Amino acid sequence: MAQLTMIQAITDALKTEMKNDENVLVFGEDVGNNGGVFRATEGLQKEFGEDRVFDTPLAESGIGGLAIGLALQGYRPVPEIQFFGFVFEVMDSISGQMARMRFRSGGSLSSPVTIRSPFGGGVHTPEMHADSLEGLMAAQPGLKVVIPSTPYDAKGLLISAIRDNDPVIFLEHMKLYRSFRQEVPEEEYTIPLGKADVKREGKDLTIVAYGAMVQESIKAAEELEKENYSVEVVDLRTIQPLDIETIIASVEKTGRAMVVQEAQKQAGIAAGVVAEITDRAILTLEAPVLRVTAPDSVFPFSQAEQVWLPNSKDIVETAKKVLTF
Amino acid sequence: MAAKKLQQFDPVETLNAIEEKFEMVQILNEEGEIVNEEADPKLSDEDLQELMNRMVYTRILDQRSISLNRQGRLGFYAPTAGQEASQLASHFALSKEDFILPGYRDVPQLIWHGWPLHQAFLFSRGHFMGNQMAEGLNVLPPQIIIGAQFIQATGVALGMQKRKKEAVAVTYTGDGGSSQGDFYEGINFAGAFRAPAIFIVQNNQYAISTPRELQTSAKTIAQKAVSAGIPGVLVDGMDPLAVYAVTRDARERAIKGDGPTLIETLCYRYGPHTMAGDDPTRYRTSDIDSEWEKKDPLVRFRKYLEAKGIWDESKENEVIERAKEEIKAAIKKADGAPKQKVSDLLEIMYEDVPFNVQEQLDIYKAKESK
Repeated sequence: MAQLTMIQAITDALKTEMKNDENVLVFGEDVGNNGGVFRATEGLQKEFGEDRVFDTPLAESGIGGLAIGLALQGYRPVPEIQFFGFVFEVMDSISGQMARMRFRSGGSLSSPVTIRSPFGGGVHTPEMHADSLEGLMAAQPGLKVVIPSTPYDAKGLLISAIRDNDPVIFLEHMKLYRSFRQEVPEEEYTIPLGKADVKREGKDLTIVAYGAMVQESIKAAEELEKENYSVEVVDLRTIQPLDIETIIASVEKTGRAMVVQEAQKQAGIAAGVVAEITDRAILTLEAPVLRVTAPDSVFPFSQAEQVWLPNSKDIVETAKKVLTF
Repeated sequence: MAAKKLQQFDPVETLNAIEEKFEMVQILNEEGEIVNEEADPKLSDEDLQELMNRMVYTRILDQRSISLNRQGRLGFYAPTAGQEASQLASHFALSKEDFILPGYRDVPQLIWHGWPLHQAFLFSRGHFMGNQMAEGLNVLPPQIIIGAQFIQATGVALGMQKRKKEAVAVTYTGDGGSSQGDFYEGINFAGAFRAPAIFIVQNNQYAISTPRELQTSAKTIAQKAVSAGIPGVLVDGMDPLAVYAVTRDARERAIKGDGPTLIETLCYRYGPHTMAGDDPTRYRTSDIDSEWEKKDPLVRFRKYLEAKGIWDESKENEVIERAKEEIKAAIKKADGAPKQKVSDLLEIMYEDVPFNVQEQLDIYKAKESK
């Protein structure tokens, strides 16, 4: 097994599926010769040719529409949106068109497209690059939304996403791209979409998180362990559909829960998770289910990222409120 | 068997005929010689010197910005060297009343329009105070979304037309930007409303790594104006006199009520796309670099001015020294900006603060005062 970063695991998954299925096409801005601005598609054009890995003209809405059309010709497109902040340019193609293809054709057509895109704060990008916009996607029936937090998960989830016959938004947190390595098997494997993962076991409190906040939550759990609190961390991995079963099983075990997201608080994924927990497990709860989120401003100017983004300290602070309620 | 011609109209011939019409306008060649006497804008000696001042100053600003970025003293930066004529000679044809909607590489035009240098540095560092535009400064902060400014420029221009202002909206993007829907919508709406707008595409040959020929099968970007029914001009973007002349003419037409113009400036960025890890050697050769360096706008303008006897080394050194001093002072001023707080960010969200934001403001203010 090789020690891979998340970006290497993503390249590996793309290679694996391009080898497995000649209908897989990779395209987008600078993904060809340049291998993508983060090098996620490094070497793919050389290996699989310009026919299957190609640069498009610069237009996100064009990339989305092209993917729909190629899918109608039997291809399995894996386009890249260079930064997810640019998604507003391609919203109609994704939410208005791709997500509804199966529905509006009465179940007769589909859009087996996987849109890959980097997002996430902490790496000092200019505006419109780092925003957490997964909530916009998760609010659109017809889409699946996947956010891996480790190299191992990234490979298995991306392979599943590409094989899925419905459109999947696959969001890659930029801070996780090269922040740590993990053993990733060379052979192919899949991780089912819609399945959460208990990243750390505990019995006093459940922290539900996803993306870069999983690492922050684990850090917080380790901090809390010093004070003899046993904290479980559930990594959602797929935020739409949610793995209700795993969340509720954990909450029923610990009796206390909180949800952590990097996105702003308003109308967020965390709010939906809290609602599911109170709907299904309110009688097992010994404390209110609290949230740790970013504040309700636009994603900050880069110099203010450190004070704006939620971190393990914020998580510890809120966890103590839940634990001592 | 060849397809039968439909009456007299041959679409392929028509396309070829149109494409051939878009010849590059050049006034000052690489040797610094006037090659098109009739089109020479005949700028005064003072104006010629001022334009050279700005180009030299901006080249120094680019060099300093790159090294400040490398030292970690600046943040986001998109290099400008090679594009001085495209940026500054087009701006030279504008007046303070004109409104500029820039792309992220168009910091120099904003500076010469009146954006203080220390604010440009704060913008680069990711500080909201960089983007606070003084009243009467007719600009937007640099746009990050490629091409979004094009349709907005049409809105600004239509507003100017309705208010009967003697002014134009000027917007810039690159060759990549001309592929965006906003580009087509912008030039088409402006044509439909005869709005006083100037759309400038600085064709610097690469959209990050993607070469110009992959953006479009059109021979020129200027010819895209035809589809919107507006004039389009292809100009040597390394020739300050030609860029100035075509922009001045576009502005005159717009002010007269004759509508918008699309200008394509053929140019080159010597540096990387931005300072955030782009490596041009992955997609360009040093042969291409040196081919374009021969066309350098500063070199040819210097030769021209020296031949006229209105420029010399001491004049140039004076500008360089002034630029260095002013950049140093502006960095110092930017260093003095207060640290951004979350409460600052929450306060600029709405005019009337809603409940959720107020609640968070109270929490963050309490934390920040500790």
